[in-house]
Amino acid sequence: MFRYLHEWGSPPVFYARAGRWQRGLWALSALLMLAGLWGGLVLAPVDYEQGEVYRIIYIHVPAAWVAMFAYVVMATTGAIGLIWRLKVAEVITSAGARVGASFTLLALATGAIWGQPTWGTWWVWDARLTSVLVLLFLYLGFIALENAIEDRRSAARACAILALVGVVNIPIIHFSVYWWNTLHQGPTVARLSAPAIHISMLVPLLLMALGSMLFYAGALLSWARALMLERERSSRWAAREVNT
Amino acid sequence: MHPQRKRRLYGVLFIVIGVSIATALTMTAFRENLLFFFSPSQIVAGEAPLERNFRVGGLVVEGSVRREQDSTEVSFELTDGAHEVRVFYDGILPDLFREGQGIVAVGRLGEDQVLRASQVLAKHDENYMPPEVAEALKAAGKMPQHEMKRYQKDGYTRDKGDNKGYPDRQ
Repeated sequence: MFRYLHEWGSPPVFYARAGRWQRGLWALSALLMLAGLWGGLVLAPVDYEQGEVYRIIYIHVPAAWVAMFAYVVMATTGAIGLIWRLKVAEVITSAGARVGASFTLLALATGAIWGQPTWGTWWVWDARLTSVLVLLFLYLGFIALENAIEDRRSAARACAILALVGVVNIPIIHFSVYWWNTLHQGPTVARLSAPAIHISMLVPLLLMALGSMLFYAGALLSWARALMLERERSSRWAAREVNT
Repeated sequence: MHPQRKRRLYGVLFIVIGVSIATALTMTAFRENLLFFFSPSQIVAGEAPLERNFRVGGLVVEGSVRREQDSTEVSFELTDGAHEVRVFYDGILPDLFREGQGIVAVGRLGEDQVLRASQVLAKHDENYMPPEVAEALKAAGKMPQHEMKRYQKDGYTRDKGDNKGYPDRQ
């Protein structure tokens, strides 16, 4: 078991194994998302107050969850890279910034599209929306910092520190709707009492959430492989992979 | 663990804990300034600014909506359960605007204590259900109320102690 995990730390083994894993993750994710979309857009009933417009929840909420989850993963792999100086951890961290930024942008965009008809505005500077915008800037800042430093290893270290500093934003995002008066409503599902959503609407949401999680994992591995290949381009295994 | 790695691990923990404490202190210091909206009680108590635009949040009082004929002028009262404030607005209301609904209005307070709103936003709550279920709950008198607490000053922070920040834990 330990040996299996240990082998993941080797770039060529990571490259080969991640390639196999991502295919499985993507296939499973596609199945779950198709089921979730069918359930959410066709089977689920309309909302008593919002009508059809609420259905954007099936994109918005999973995207927002993944955006936050991806940041925690990025900070964790960043710390691992910082402490053990593992190349695999470093490429997963920088791949995570890219995938996370995409999901954050998706959550912000779908939120704005929902906000316009429901609230009457695309954007307000309330604590929830602002803290998620900060999350996007943290991701973008990570990518910018990485590009600003020539040496890959020192770039990875600096970026990991940025990722760790930013992790404080995650509980702020989650609790913002409790700590301050916000226009954004409180959590429907991620709370201690029972979900405030009817079961017929909840099941597709959870399917979409799980599907998005697996999609994120697949995209993360795929991007990390590409970064790994680029970084190891002078090594023999990388040359072998490219030429076969 | 290798001593050098151990030192780096302590460094990581130091960063995370240090930044958390710094942020917590900053947020406690700026708590008041981070309010997205004022409550009607705060306005009645004279805590709202007079010289500039601000936001007020509350539930639309049942039966308080008065519409002008042949224009988009409308006036209604917002409440947080303790006090009411009248809002005057000329414009298109969001789809979700209705009596009993949570609303955030942006505007300026007149000397007559009436808020002249330049924008009215509907605040949605966290409840999602099909219309039939909503009907059934209403008939049984079990419809979740738009949380009045949400619009009371510090309503969500007061019960933080025993609920770890989750107010809706029963």
